[in-house]
Amino acid sequence: MLENIRLSFQGIWSHKMRSFLTMLGIIIGIASIISIVSTIKGTNEEIKNNLIGSGNNTVEIGLVQNGQTYWIYSSSDIPFGIPQVSDEVCDEIRALDSVENVTRYNYRMGGDSVYYQNESLSGVSMRGIDTNYFATAGYTIRKGRNFIEDDYKKFRKVLILDKTAADNLFPDTSPIGKTIEISKTPFTVVGVVELARHFEPVISSVEDYYLYANESSGYIYMPKASWPIVYNYDEPDSVIVRAVSTDDMEDAGQKTADILNKTISSSQTEVKYRADNILEQAQQLQDLSAATNNQLIWIASISLLVGGIGVMNIMLVSVTERTSEIGLKKAIGAKKGFILGQFLTEAAVLTSIGGIIGVATGIGMAQVINRISGVAVSISVPASAVAVLFSMLIGIVFGLLPSIKAANLDPIEALRRE
Amino acid sequence: MILKLDNIYKDYIQGKLVVPVLKDVCLHVEKGEYVAIMGPSGSGKSTLMNIIGCLDRPTSGSYELAGQDILRLSDRQLADVRLHRLGFVFQNFQLLPRMTALDNVALPLIYAGVHKKARRERAREALIRVGLEDRVTFNPTQLSGGQKQRVAIARAMVNQPDVLLADEPTGALDSKSSRQVMELFEKLNDEGVTVIMITHDSGIAGCAKRVVTIFDGELAERKEEVAQ
Ligand SMILES: Nc1ncnc2c1ncn2[C@@H]1O[C@H](COP(=O)(O)OP(=O)(O)OP(=O)(O)O)[C@@H](O)[C@H]1O
Ligand SMILES: [Mg+2]
Repeated sequence: MLENIRLSFQGIWSHKMRSFLTMLGIIIGIASIISIVSTIKGTNEEIKNNLIGSGNNTVEIGLVQNGQTYWIYSSSDIPFGIPQVSDEVCDEIRALDSVENVTRYNYRMGGDSVYYQNESLSGVSMRGIDTNYFATAGYTIRKGRNFIEDDYKKFRKVLILDKTAADNLFPDTSPIGKTIEISKTPFTVVGVVELARHFEPVISSVEDYYLYANESSGYIYMPKASWPIVYNYDEPDSVIVRAVSTDDMEDAGQKTADILNKTISSSQTEVKYRADNILEQAQQLQDLSAATNNQLIWIASISLLVGGIGVMNIMLVSVTERTSEIGLKKAIGAKKGFILGQFLTEAAVLTSIGGIIGVATGIGMAQVINRISGVAVSISVPASAVAVLFSMLIGIVFGLLPSIKAANLDPIEALRRE
Repeated sequence: MILKLDNIYKDYIQGKLVVPVLKDVCLHVEKGEYVAIMGPSGSGKSTLMNIIGCLDRPTSGSYELAGQDILRLSDRQLADVRLHRLGFVFQNFQLLPRMTALDNVALPLIYAGVHKKARRERAREALIRVGLEDRVTFNPTQLSGGQKQRVAIARAMVNQPDVLLADEPTGALDSKSSRQVMELFEKLNDEGVTVIMITHDSGIAGCAKRVVTIFDGELAERKEEVAQ
């Protein structure tokens, strides 16, 4: 076997040009597939990193009904039987092994009732937050100050903007000290926050992903205690937990949701807490990008098929060319199986080399794609190994017919040639 | 008796025509004999040789080689007979051009499953026997016709066959090289190898201890002429 492989290399080397041209189909096919796969993998990792990897390992736990996010647009949407999350429940969540920190908040989408100097700020999200919020969600104060104990105790009408909202509303001036009206109640801006890790949007759900894709108008935060001043009712809380590590996120989310669901009145059977499954959402986005690329892989496979037929053609030529060699070998005692093995090995070695060159070319192409278009690429080692094995398989499949032809040559006929 | 051919017929079918090439050929060869087969072109010498060499099957007749009924063997078993019992020498040498003399000689040992180190050793010994110890690493293109034929003889002998079969071994050689090859055959025959050789050349045939002639597919002994 080793001997066969060595002889195959010799044969391929002695016909360098022909061997290369034969391999070309395989090289092109494998290179295309590898570069496509690398791009898919790169895109997927980018999506995953964007979703999970704002790097702060936070999981949102919110209310759902029939598996859909339960949005509160007005006080009439407030579900019954769901109490606010108490300090005791908060402590219970924080005591979980997988949880580092926890925070509660109320929210409203849109900002139709928010005005600055008679201008409606639609598109802004409102959040009423507890003292832990910025620490848990991974924000730092960029200007002004954080909310303090007194803001909560005295129900102060103060606001903190995130950087996006601040930039949108006050492009030229500092927002600190400015007054924003929410439902006709004036609030004073005391601070601006920004994500601690990096300055890109935290994408923590599919909704966020599309929201940010269409450019969000940012967030406005107020102390949770002041929320009923504007919205009149104590609303059920949403919760964010920060997990100890990325691997703990699922566990943290799951257990927190379980704890919260125990607080819900037994008569409330429709609305309950559920943790965002970020991995699942990442999967959905990845599936979307993979679907288009799968078609490209099919097209590349056609090139492999053509390459395989090319291998078969050249092997047939090679068998004809080496008729007298095959005849001699059979005459002096080589069995059919040996001749068959020899030609199959040659075909497999040829296409495997083609596969290896193809993988190398594909990796190179992926890097070029990355340079030119900025699409993220990531090289997959298993995919490369499978590609080489698959090339070998092509050699064996398409080399079979020529090899059988060689093995069945009649030595008398073969020796009479020349 | 190493070789026993009886009532061998061989017909070729050409379209609807049946062409008889061998007609009732009987040939018995004792172990250690040196036989030359002579005859005009087209008389069926090569056809007979292919049957003796287990490369072809007769249309009818019987063939025993070293006590084995050859005609009952499968193709696979025939390959084994060729590998272990027979050595072949061809008019045009049939060496593989991209291999060294040593690798060419070692080729049958690969099929016999001999390990690489032993292969090289035995191939080298065989080359020494034919007087080419200084041409071991040469490619066939770097050898003269006579040297090529001696490499081919080394290859035929490397597996220690019972019978050496040669179809016009000197057909492509000049007289000096031919003489060397004949000397080699004689030496091998002296060592106990049975030799069967086809030739056109009565001078070459004279080297053999026994000459048979074939005319139009019919075999005849020519003992008297050899005696002189
Ligand atoms: N495969 C075949 N099909 C039909 N006829 C064949 C075939 N092989 C050989 N013959 C015929 O058999 C006859 C004998 O051929 P063979 O090759 O045995 O002759 P030969 O004695 O070896 O001649 P030469 O001295 O020229 O080599 C020839 O007439 C040839 O045409
Ligand atoms: Mg002939």
